[in-house]
Amino acid sequence: MNNPQLNKEGKLTHLLSIEGLSASILREILDTAESFVGVAEREVKKVPLLRGKTVCNLFFENSTRTRTTFEIAAKRLSADVITLNVGTSSQSKGETILDTVDNLIAMHADMFVVRHSQSGAAHFIARHVQENIHVINAGDGRHAHPTQGLLDVFTIRHYKPEMHNLRVAVVGDLLHSRVARSEIHALTTLGVPEVRVIAPKTLLPEHVEKLGVRVFHDMAEGLKDVDVVMMLRLQNERMNGALLPSAQEYFKCYGLTQEKLALARPDAIVMHPGPMNRGVEIDSAVADGNQSVILPQVTYGIAIRMAVMSILAGN
Amino acid sequence: MLPDAEQLLDTLAEQIRAQISDDSALVGIHSGGAWLAERLQQKLGGDIPLGTLDISFYRDDFSRIGLHPQIKPSNIPFDVENQHIILVDDVLYTGRTVRAALNELFDYGRPSRVTLAVLVDRGERELPIEPQAIGAKVTLSKGQNLELIRDNAGKFSLRLHEPK
Repeated sequence: MNNPQLNKEGKLTHLLSIEGLSASILREILDTAESFVGVAEREVKKVPLLRGKTVCNLFFENSTRTRTTFEIAAKRLSADVITLNVGTSSQSKGETILDTVDNLIAMHADMFVVRHSQSGAAHFIARHVQENIHVINAGDGRHAHPTQGLLDVFTIRHYKPEMHNLRVAVVGDLLHSRVARSEIHALTTLGVPEVRVIAPKTLLPEHVEKLGVRVFHDMAEGLKDVDVVMMLRLQNERMNGALLPSAQEYFKCYGLTQEKLALARPDAIVMHPGPMNRGVEIDSAVADGNQSVILPQVTYGIAIRMAVMSILAGN
Repeated sequence: MLPDAEQLLDTLAEQIRAQISDDSALVGIHSGGAWLAERLQQKLGGDIPLGTLDISFYRDDFSRIGLHPQIKPSNIPFDVENQHIILVDDVLYTGRTVRAALNELFDYGRPSRVTLAVLVDRGERELPIEPQAIGAKVTLSKGQNLELIRDNAGKFSLRLHEPK
């Protein structure tokens, strides 16, 4: 099958979803990101890789953190960066997505970072552009958000390099999460032997066990002896209908507290993609505690985005 | 007939010994230069600071050949500011690798001085770059490629690749 992310030589030219990436491409991205972590610790946090290139952040949907980290990543690669909040510009005057893209290409844009509320928006743009132009999906509806998935996997590998020996628990709203599925896929591809999902039945997609995970509905059982606790955000804004009794009820059953975390391995790390709902899916004492790697995740997100951009630009 | 890499390393170490002072530090260029810098540190008594550079992010042929698929993190665990940096590489040829290394080095700080130590100088420079310490000079024809090999015991040798 033709993989829209790869060019004729089989190299990565767009990043649209983690599905379809081989283990070797995944490792190449993670290894490259490891080198970019060091760049951020230097006096001059810039490398000249994308000098003379123009990166366009096309945000049809708001997301401050993702936009900021992509912008910082592109700037640290010495690219020129233009960020367009398209919702507030031409689109409201009736311009189509492809017209917006064509206009930016006429201004010699080399790379597009696309965020859109509709699934498939980044694919649509990737199919449209010439082969020297690269597209990164920065989140499309409920479909995918590959750099978030990659930074989570990177964080796990950074703290727990023995991936063949890990138990990872993904906790919370898997139904509305656009990263959980691709993360589970990436973890399995990289050799993690046991991935667990912990959630009420109403927040699990149908046939979730087909992803090769162990399913738990009880936190105490599911967290026992895990090395990584990956909390998901309760997607209030994407939820329509009564999937949950109340936020307080949810916290009681599925919120991560110190007591529940004590059931995991003592050196377990706690992750969260942000933005956090404190007191809903995670207790403040855990979020700010010494097992939390939630802020390092943000830092590594820049390194991952630098790695993806430079690999795409080089292919 | 290729020279013996271990003997060249001794020659190089003696030349560097005559040039070092209290503020000197070794920085090896990944991967051959990094191996050499490690051995030079041992030969020079072990207390000279040691770092490594992977110059992949600074190469001038990125737009033609893309990113190297196996990048190692650069690691300079000391302050470069006002240090005498001895850049170490295995084979000096066009000088483009050293140019990239100098650019990266200056993103860590401003050294007081930078000198260049190479195991083999094969000439044919394309940039105005000259080494201050050399194991040996060799003459090769274009297309030939000289590679430093490190065996399992850590012993060095040189290997010549003929043009494909």
